[in-house]
Amino acid sequence: MKNNSNPKIIVFCCNWCSYAGADGAGVARIKIKPYFRIIRTMCSSRIDPELVLEAFEKGAWGVVVLGCHLGDCHYKNGNYKTLRRINLLKKTLKQFGIEDERLRLDWISASEGARFAKIVNETVDAIEKLGPLEVKM
Amino acid sequence: MARIGVYVCHCGGNISEVIDVKEVAAFAGEKSDVVIAKDETHMCSDVGQQLILNDIKEHKLDKVVIAACSPQFQGATFMRTVESAGLSPYVMEMANIREQCSWPHFDFPKDATEKAKDLTDMAIAKARLDESLKKKMMPIGKRVLIVGGGIAGIQAALDLGDAGFKVYLVEKDPSIGGHMTQLSRTFPTEDCAACILSPKMADVPVNPNIELLTYSEVKNIEGFLGNYEVRIEKKPTYVDPAKCTCCDDCVDVCPAKVPNEYEEGLTTRKAIYLPNPIAVPHSYVIDVESCLGQVPLACTKCFDVCEPGAINYDQYAEEINITVDTIIMATGFEIFDATQKAVYGFGKYENVITAMDMERLIVHGAEGSPLRATGNRIAFIQCVGSRDEQVGNENCSRICCMYATKLSQLLKRSDPKRDIYVFYTDLRAYGKGFEEYYKRAQGDGVKFIRGRVAEVIENSKTKKLTLKVEDTLTRNIIESEFDLVVLSVGLRPNGGTDKVANMLRISKSPDGFLQEAHPKFRPVDTLIEGVFLAGTVQGPKDIPDTVAQASAASSRAIRLMNKGEYEAEPITATVDEDICCGCAICVSTCPYDAIKIEVSGDRRVAEVNEMLCKGCGSCAAACPSGASQQNWFKTEQLRAMLSAAL
Ligand SMILES: Cc1cc2nc3c(=O)[nH]c(=O)nc-3n(C[C@H](O)[C@H](O)[C@H](O)COP(=O)(O)OP(=O)(O)OC[C@H]3O[C@@H](n4cnc5c(N)ncnc54)[C@H](O)[C@@H]3O)c2cc1C
Ligand code: SF4
Ligand code: SF4
Ligand code: SF4
Ligand code: FES
Repeated sequence: MKNNSNPKIIVFCCNWCSYAGADGAGVARIKIKPYFRIIRTMCSSRIDPELVLEAFEKGAWGVVVLGCHLGDCHYKNGNYKTLRRINLLKKTLKQFGIEDERLRLDWISASEGARFAKIVNETVDAIEKLGPLEVKM
Repeated sequence: MARIGVYVCHCGGNISEVIDVKEVAAFAGEKSDVVIAKDETHMCSDVGQQLILNDIKEHKLDKVVIAACSPQFQGATFMRTVESAGLSPYVMEMANIREQCSWPHFDFPKDATEKAKDLTDMAIAKARLDESLKKKMMPIGKRVLIVGGGIAGIQAALDLGDAGFKVYLVEKDPSIGGHMTQLSRTFPTEDCAACILSPKMADVPVNPNIELLTYSEVKNIEGFLGNYEVRIEKKPTYVDPAKCTCCDDCVDVCPAKVPNEYEEGLTTRKAIYLPNPIAVPHSYVIDVESCLGQVPLACTKCFDVCEPGAINYDQYAEEINITVDTIIMATGFEIFDATQKAVYGFGKYENVITAMDMERLIVHGAEGSPLRATGNRIAFIQCVGSRDEQVGNENCSRICCMYATKLSQLLKRSDPKRDIYVFYTDLRAYGKGFEEYYKRAQGDGVKFIRGRVAEVIENSKTKKLTLKVEDTLTRNIIESEFDLVVLSVGLRPNGGTDKVANMLRISKSPDGFLQEAHPKFRPVDTLIEGVFLAGTVQGPKDIPDTVAQASAASSRAIRLMNKGEYEAEPITATVDEDICCGCAICVSTCPYDAIKIEVSGDRRVAEVNEMLCKGCGSCAAACPSGASQQNWFKTEQLRAMLSAAL
């Protein structure tokens, strides 16, 4: 694990909507706090809850999963599966005493750069207050 | 042991002005498996690509990491580079240190450099585990669906039909032609719109490769590039086009009158009618909503009088199922609903009309059958429903400046006594010949005044209209009376677009028009493979731009279909037979039914059909044993990236 003085947030983006939205924020030069790292998959449905847990285990202060808007997934219904899986995971995290704000699921279209920036900045703000994750899993 | 080369791009300052690229390269050079790490001003240039090619040879690199722009921007370029050196394109990884680092973090150079190191490290971690995947070749046919038969759809259909591709052109109205059929003349050359359009329309049904489906609606689309299954419903016209001689006898006797949409409601038409004078197919249609005689057969006047016996009340809607390889969306625009801008009184004051109304008045004026009086003092108000946050449309509609320049001078030249004013916010004469055309209007005596009209007030007795405007050049407040006010209404997305766009999951830009895959380099592609955009469905534009885009969309579609096969990404799922327990969880999660359980004796193992798998990775996330994996996104790769990031 690296230096832990700044928030460390993992953002999972799907290739088609949310990753393009994240690029859009950059193209529009919207200011975002530099404490997130994006991992791109083709669809949000590739994100298996164990991967999210592993991110926390490895020291992430927070995790954001971003897919296409419901109904817009490039693979028919992938994001509905994501919705189910991540909501289930949120319940499990609660049992471990992990704050709800540390895992966020949201939807972003390819043109919503400003929305991407807003969601990431909100998450950074919320998690800066919480500080690093201290639960042992 | 991998042999990785890492390249950090300056992007001509876009990256290096924020991020310390030398520091990032030095950091990467320390990583295990990294053989060389360099920085370079433009990695995507010839020089940059040559650098990679030389290093692959000289240092026997088997993996390449490029820290530069977004993989969605130059990923394909760099994949081709490594491919041309004989490596698999899937051993190239990009770290997005521009769109996702230097650009949004320009205010935090230190943190941005730290982040760039992490992103590069993550890409190195993934590259270490990359396998030499090969692109797979998939069969593809030569069939295209074009939705919308305006000038965009017509041009695309003719291009593709002439090139030998099978085209299904679906138009919801009874005739093709779209808005251009309604125009008088076209700026800046003043060609008569119908005269240049009708030969093109006539070419459509005679082209042996084009199947024209008018009065038809796309009901459902399923599938993907090379295999879109489309269900179309063709509505009955109750008139057999092969028999109809367009004698107009039926119209004389038909008692049912409704507003004529082709004339913008300035006149009425009958329930049986010819959609417009240059209609293709050239045949009458019964509009069943307004017809008095359908169920039960109460009227039948047209039937009785029709000599060739073209009328047939026993027609029913027809369901047509087709399979196509690619799709072009050309569903066009509609004009802004001017009643939304209440201060201008459209729909309330009889002498306030839209520019489209004026197009029709001019056509009839030229034919000597004016539809209404225009009076002598005429004012055009620009940007109605465009560049206006109050009505929720911030975009410029691009064409209104020029059509007002056109309509105003046509009016002025046909009667020089007329006093014609154009009130504009900014006059945008950006195209070839536009500025000259604008000068010509000024020379003809049209008065262009810079100022946004605050309000239009009607004198309830004389019905004359007073405009209140601040001339923003002279700072004078003008109050002036006019006989007629013409609203230069903007272009909005066509109401017919949404349903079909949703079936295909095409995204929209904030202005509501459909979004192209890249604003500069992929202006007619969408992010959906094999789906293209032509014309005003993508945003407001004039006829030349619409036609250019339609031809571009055709050639992009041809590019995919021409070879009879196309390269598909090998990022499909694989199953490790030794670990798979045959639980079939993956089978139920796959949206494409690409997985089957093979049973041999008492062993059950999942098997993926590569041709059907689209590579979403959902099965890999669901598999409890880790047997199902997605190529290029293996669990161990994603885990390695997490470790590098944290
Ligand atoms: C007042 C006015 C004046 C203009 N003057 C000029 C000019 O002088 N010069 C110039 O260059 N340009 C001019 N233009 C612009 C010009 O009209 C457009 O550039 C052109 O018509 C765009 O063609 P299109 O095919 O993209 O769209 P459209 O003409 O709108 O055609 C779209 C077609 O798709 C059909 N459709 C919609 N939804 C569906 C569906 N779901 N299924 C099947 N079919 C569907 C529609 O019925 C229509 O036929 C003017 C525009 C206006 C409003
Ligand atoms: S049957 Fe319908 S279309 Fe024919 S004349 Fe009567 S109202 Fe008109
Ligand atoms: S990756 Fe997606 S499409 Fe391919 S087999 Fe798995 S679930 Fe089906
Ligand atoms: S989910 Fe995994 S273990 Fe179960 S059948 Fe599919 S590949 Fe095999
Ligand atoms: S592709 Fe974006 S959520 Fe499935």
